Amino acid sequence: MIPRRQFLSITAATLAGGALAACNANPKGARGLLAFAGRQTEKVETALFRHRAEDRVPMDAIVSGMQFPQYFISRSVPIWDPAVRGEWRLEVTGAVRRPLSLTLSELMGLPAVRQKVDHFCVEGWNARAEWWGVRVSELARLAQLTSDAQVVDFQSFDDGYHESWDIDSALHRQTIIAYAKDGAMLPPGWGAPARVHSPVKLGYKNTKYLTRIVFQPQRNGGYWSDRGYEWYGGT
Amino acid sequence: MSDALEPPVSTAEPEPALVKRHHGIVRLTHWVNVVVFVIMVGSGLRIFNAYPQFARPGEVFALWPFGSTPIPAWLTFGRWLGGARHWHFAAMWLLVANGLLYLGYLFFRGEWRHLAPRRGDMRDAWEMLKYYAFVRRDHPVQGKHNALQKTAYASMPVLAAVIVLSGLAIWKPVTLGFITALFGNYQIARFVHFAAMCVLILLAVGHVVMVFSVDPYSLRSMLSGWYNPATSPEARNARPFLNLWRRKPVS
Repeated sequence: MIPRRQFLSITAATLAGGALAACNANPKGARGLLAFAGRQTEKVETALFRHRAEDRVPMDAIVSGMQFPQYFISRSVPIWDPAVRGEWRLEVTGAVRRPLSLTLSELMGLPAVRQKVDHFCVEGWNARAEWWGVRVSELARLAQLTSDAQVVDFQSFDDGYHESWDIDSALHRQTIIAYAKDGAMLPPGWGAPARVHSPVKLGYKNTKYLTRIVFQPQRNGGYWSDRGYEWYGGT
Repeated sequence: MSDALEPPVSTAEPEPALVKRHHGIVRLTHWVNVVVFVIMVGSGLRIFNAYPQFARPGEVFALWPFGSTPIPAWLTFGRWLGGARHWHFAAMWLLVANGLLYLGYLFFRGEWRHLAPRRGDMRDAWEMLKYYAFVRRDHPVQGKHNALQKTAYASMPVLAAVIVLSGLAIWKPVTLGFITALFGNYQIARFVHFAAMCVLILLAVGHVVMVFSVDPYSLRSMLSGWYNPATSPEARNARPFLNLWRRKPVS
């Protein structure tokens, strides 16, 4: 005869195993629990974030160059055609006192930073490049944020791709609007004319083909965040 | 000679005294760990499959000779990268909480003494290997665990620390960049995370094989807590798949 406790344990183990198999076959059954865990994890991540924690890549480190993967969601490389769309401008709007609308040369006229940093992809690889650009915190300073600016949405002309960020990550010193990579103007395959780049967020949060930066009170998801990847996506 | 002249001998074995072997906390954390470990490995392998190699794009990683061969899908859990990440980041809290509960129990109840390495372990482990290889006839005298078990169980918390640290290193390579730096860089930390998992899987598989082939009676003690010392491998002179049944009392 099987002792009662043994019976209970075996039953529990079988149920747990069955539940696992069921979850794997149909993640909807576990979605509520996972969403709850995800919210708790995000709280921890947000608490861990520190402005002083920066990505440190030695200045003599080799950059990935052409091996740096290209990525866009349009069918072909998105290219801004001034003949069709007029001159490219970067809009900085939303919860700001002084909205900005910058041409590329105006953007390049702002105080620039040059940084060699990692790019961490959600897939597990990382690549290195040297980026030239303007800190988002510099744009925020010029645009004069209001207290409603809790989230930043980075929007693009790549078929509606966008990703919204928590304000702290956006104002990190290494979060920049990059217009040049490895000593040359940003090529179309890598997000020309300008893109968000930061080592503090996973690659999918770093919107390329940037057109608008909207400071806002609420998060509004993003291309991959809406498709089931974590909204925070911080490193 | 008639049977009547024989002195009455009871053929029934005296019922051996059961001993309490595993506290409820040990049993609970053991089985929780089985479930959580399976989730962590399965989802981890699915995450690995999104980029099944360790080199940066265009570079090589000397310690990984397998190219970018993915893990067979049936060994993975979570169906897709995003789903597997949700499982991995949810289950990791359970794994850590469960591990801390277990280690806290070991520490405060003094049971770490059964596992802590001490002088003579190497010799005892060697004697166990000799015994399993039939070089030695009789089972070495042991305490709660034999020397090989002890080594395996004692290395678990060490491996757990390595896998948690390397996990933090690749989860937060900037915010916790000082942990990533402990491993050298991101790729190495990711490799260590993977390698520690491989070692843990090997230990777990070895553990399960040994439980069923050497001491299936111990399954009872991990379920109910009770163990019959008369069925211990030492008492049975058991080797893998040999002497599985209790010895008849010598008449």
